[in-house]
Amino acid sequence: MGATADTDRMRWQRETLEPALTKAPERAATFTTISGHPIHRLYTPEDLAALSAEADIAEPGRFPYTRGIHASGYAGKLWTMRQFAGFGTPQETNARYKALLAAGGTGLSVAFDLPTLMGRDPDHDLSLGEVGKCGVSIASLADMEALFEGIDLGAITTSMTINAPAAMIFAMYLVVAERQGVDWRQISGTIQNDILKEYIAQKEFIYPPRPSMRLVTDTFAFCTREVPRWNTISVSGYHIREAGATAIQELAFTLRDGIEYVQWGVEAGLDVDAFVPRISFFFNAHSDFFEEIAKYRAARRIWARVMRDRFGAKDERSWKLRFHTQTAGVSLTAQQPWNNVVRTAIQALSGVLGGTQSLHTNSLDEALALPTEEAATLALRTQQVLAFESGVTDHVDPFGGSYFVEALTREMEEGAIAYFDQIDAVGGMVAAIERGFPQNEIAEASYRLQQAIERREKTIVGVNDFVQREDTPIPTLYVDEQAAAAQLARLRDLRASRDQARVRGALDAMKAAAEGRDNLMPPILEAVRAYATLGEMCDALREVWGEYEEMAVI
Amino acid sequence: MRKLRVVIAKPGLDGHDRGAKVIARALRDAGMEVIYTGLRQTPEQIVSAALQEDADVIGLSILSGAHNHIAPKLMSLLKAQGMDDVLVLVGGIIPDVDVPKLHEVGVKGVFLPGTPMQAIIDFINSHVRARA
Repeated sequence: MGATADTDRMRWQRETLEPALTKAPERAATFTTISGHPIHRLYTPEDLAALSAEADIAEPGRFPYTRGIHASGYAGKLWTMRQFAGFGTPQETNARYKALLAAGGTGLSVAFDLPTLMGRDPDHDLSLGEVGKCGVSIASLADMEALFEGIDLGAITTSMTINAPAAMIFAMYLVVAERQGVDWRQISGTIQNDILKEYIAQKEFIYPPRPSMRLVTDTFAFCTREVPRWNTISVSGYHIREAGATAIQELAFTLRDGIEYVQWGVEAGLDVDAFVPRISFFFNAHSDFFEEIAKYRAARRIWARVMRDRFGAKDERSWKLRFHTQTAGVSLTAQQPWNNVVRTAIQALSGVLGGTQSLHTNSLDEALALPTEEAATLALRTQQVLAFESGVTDHVDPFGGSYFVEALTREMEEGAIAYFDQIDAVGGMVAAIERGFPQNEIAEASYRLQQAIERREKTIVGVNDFVQREDTPIPTLYVDEQAAAAQLARLRDLRASRDQARVRGALDAMKAAAEGRDNLMPPILEAVRAYATLGEMCDALREVWGEYEEMAVI
Repeated sequence: MRKLRVVIAKPGLDGHDRGAKVIARALRDAGMEVIYTGLRQTPEQIVSAALQEDADVIGLSILSGAHNHIAPKLMSLLKAQGMDDVLVLVGGIIPDVDVPKLHEVGVKGVFLPGTPMQAIIDFINSHVRARA
């Protein structure tokens, strides 16, 4: 800006703003997002000067998809209302799924318990007290059959939040489809299968990173051939954010994880355009409304450019970043839990205005326990109010061209690319994880936010301000030990009734494949059909690959 | 004066270590010696760490729902080692109905989501045993 240019903005500042500030000073000297990102008082056309309407923003459905991957936005197809659920036994969760589908849910999303997520059977020592607590317990094909009893896998799509043992759980789903007579080529859904964010944030890993990455690329290769409509991975920022990352860190680490998977897929001999279109993403919707919208818009733009320019992808489906969104569990408070309904609605709206393909809204009681059916229904109703009453679905990307949102989108993008450079410099994300780099960045950010909350620089209503001495208790779901007892009994019966020689043979074949280079999915499928348990299958690979232990740093 | 020694432990199968790490940093910044055990520690491993580190305080971060199994086991192991004067705290997602059960087995402080870090620091300072 030249010294002589007296812009509108400068005149406004001098003639209008300054007198106003003299009379009434602002609430704070500086303002930042919940991530600590600085926000200016006002954004004007000057903030868009560095952006090209054509190259950087473009129309919806056109590269680089800043304004969305669909030309008609939600006027064409609404997002999928996908509520994550699971607890106790497969039979209990099956009943909850049938209720969700009857209430107008359009897809299922399976929450597994911790033993399942960690590849341990219910009768393992480490499973004590954990069976069926945080999700449904799935120990073998028999449990997966019970989970989907009476639900046609050809008629729904299912998302399964499973990572370290994703290949085994996916194989169980495929065999259920097979036994329902549903063609694998017709089924659709998603496995999370994102092991990198486990090392970074969620910490539910089994094997060391490198063999784990091979399991992921084996599922890519298998699905490309056999299950072409399946989303083979949901590269997840959700857990990274929940662990305390800022919005920029969530964006940067998630997309850099995505790049790592594509790189490994290419190195395993796959053609970029054969597997990248089945990669999807999963982001958090946190409380800072505009920062979140900017994050989603930036994510699409970055991914499109990276796929085209870094990997030479030619199919536009490889350029389009599709994502699921979940409202921020970490933002929910145990105090005054009804406030969580409002938080969730605002967060969900940011996901919608950011162009999400599917959405999970959290229930008001989730800082206390797994949700009750009533709370889960209210969470779904929140999405339905947004979709059918608010009117925000009738036009595409209403914030496109907003001085503020476009500037913030640009800043999110720049912040993410700066992290890419740091991670590339150490040799990629697996190497960065082995050095603890993203883990430390997140721990730092998380501590900074907690300090800001305690200094009351950031307000959490009902926690550090507007506190009520006595909360009226709300009803919560209490998962007792009956699920564990039932699962232990089922497992005993299973072990007594199956063909042991067939199980042993199948597990040996898995080990042989793990020692060599053959795709692991076929021997895993055979072990599943033989009713090998999840723990047995995971142990077979533990024997070959060992277990990962992270450095404990604070 | 000897610094207070605190073992922060993360039992259970889950990997939600955000709370454990934030508390560990806060206690360290408050002048305590903090030893973080890392993930998926059994009660035996935690007691052994506390013994080796001559801990004054054990802080358990539990979000998985397994507190009713972990806390009683840990307390009985401490007793067997003659370490029942170590101040034991639990933080995490604990249903209200379970809080009295934890107190009953000897857990002195139970801290639910939203607790300020300073409240935990103050609690430790006012409840930790006096040392020779």
